Amino acid sequence: MKFTPIITALALATSSMAINAQQVEVSVTNLAQGIYYTPFLVAAHNADMSLYQLGQPASAELQMMAEGGDISGLSAMLTNGSADIIENPAAGLLAPGMSTTAMLDTADGNDHLSLVAMLLPTNDGFVGLNGWQIPTDAGTYTFTVNAYDAGTEANNEIINGGGAPGVLGIPVEPGGNGGTGGMGLTVVEENSTVHVHRGNIGDDDMTSGKSDLNNAVHRWLNPVARITVTVM
Amino acid sequence: MTFNSKFKKLLTSITLVSLVALAGCNHNDDDEMVVIEPPPPTPVVYTYEVIVTNLTHAQPMSPIAVVLHNEGQLWQLGQSASSSLEMLAESGDNTAVLADAIAIAAQGGAGILASGMQETITLSITDNMPMMLSLATMLVNTNDAFTGINAMEISDLIVGESISIQTSSYDAGTENNSESMMTIPGPAGGGEGFNEMRDDVDFVAMHPGVVSQDDGLTQSALTQAHRFDNPTLMVMITRVE
Repeated sequence: MKFTPIITALALATSSMAINAQQVEVSVTNLAQGIYYTPFLVAAHNADMSLYQLGQPASAELQMMAEGGDISGLSAMLTNGSADIIENPAAGLLAPGMSTTAMLDTADGNDHLSLVAMLLPTNDGFVGLNGWQIPTDAGTYTFTVNAYDAGTEANNEIINGGGAPGVLGIPVEPGGNGGTGGMGLTVVEENSTVHVHRGNIGDDDMTSGKSDLNNAVHRWLNPVARITVTVM
Repeated sequence: MTFNSKFKKLLTSITLVSLVALAGCNHNDDDEMVVIEPPPPTPVVYTYEVIVTNLTHAQPMSPIAVVLHNEGQLWQLGQSASSSLEMLAESGDNTAVLADAIAIAAQGGAGILASGMQETITLSITDNMPMMLSLATMLVNTNDAFTGINAMEISDLIVGESISIQTSSYDAGTENNSESMMTIPGPAGGGEGFNEMRDDVDFVAMHPGVVSQDDGLTQSALTQAHRFDNPTLMVMITRVE
């Protein structure tokens, strides 16, 4: 008997939470000094969806994003799952040191936040936030995130325009510090699951050597992005 | 007329105030009037103990700068470094940061903090509760790497309470990371420290780490021993008074 009112109160609280959609502002800062981000995909979705799982193979949609910056596959997947999405808030690449902001109006139950973009120049490196539970309390929440490797392409570090899934190579070096004539660091990716990126290696030879990347420009240490979420 | 009536009103209200004031003094009627000076307020001293541990393998830290402040930041990611931060990050000289206009109290470390070593820095301020604490030091075997704490809120700390943090490393963006002998001021290079010329991206970012000659940068004065990863410092801040 005593429990009845408590249960009723809980039920009311739960239902009111479920119908309370939120307005959420998401800001991302590129913390790296020599790495660009391809257009971001920012999404609020339900607890059952995820863009990737660490230690599990990447989906074909994640592979498209991580190897070539193409977010259309993930975007379609999220839309099919009734997620709220913002594509490309920076209207293009997000340069080193720069920030971009996306405003999301979340629908019922879309209380998990995800965000991805490819790191350029890499073979299949990406920055990710995966299903972060959006707080119900209004306020500003700041944290940093790391760089992952999709595990779908060997990190050969050759800049050859290869951005389509399964095509070996780095699509482009937007900063103009790329080299040419590298032999390629490796042709295998031993870990085919999504894992923490080991970083670019690069070399100091811009016309030959093992890599087309510059070891004094294209390396990074985690974290690679700062995220500020403001729940209105 | 208008002025006059306003003036009258004012006079009336002054009279009323005086009457009220007198009425308030009624209880003194039977006593001799003794003027009691209010005791001077006890000064409130805020003291913070900052314990810093160098977590790197072989990156000595330049003399640490600790600053208490109520506004501002020592650096902003993505923004150009201040000249005082540039000085610290390129040469390890903390004097300009300690003298920064935002500081309401500042204290420098005793000297170079070697790898694996720990130092305690204590600083106090009277009658002005500080809102924020910042800390900065250079990784001296680099071109312009620094680590520290930027405008951390400390106003909630009660006496005896501590905050423990591990810090990441930043690149001031003011000097190209050539790693050459001539440009590394630390023991690995013995080269130039501060140079006001900015020959790099000119914004503060996370440091990409040093490459070293052992990992493919032929001109580097650094070896595998000077490589580092985050975090580079452990800092414990305790309010002790």
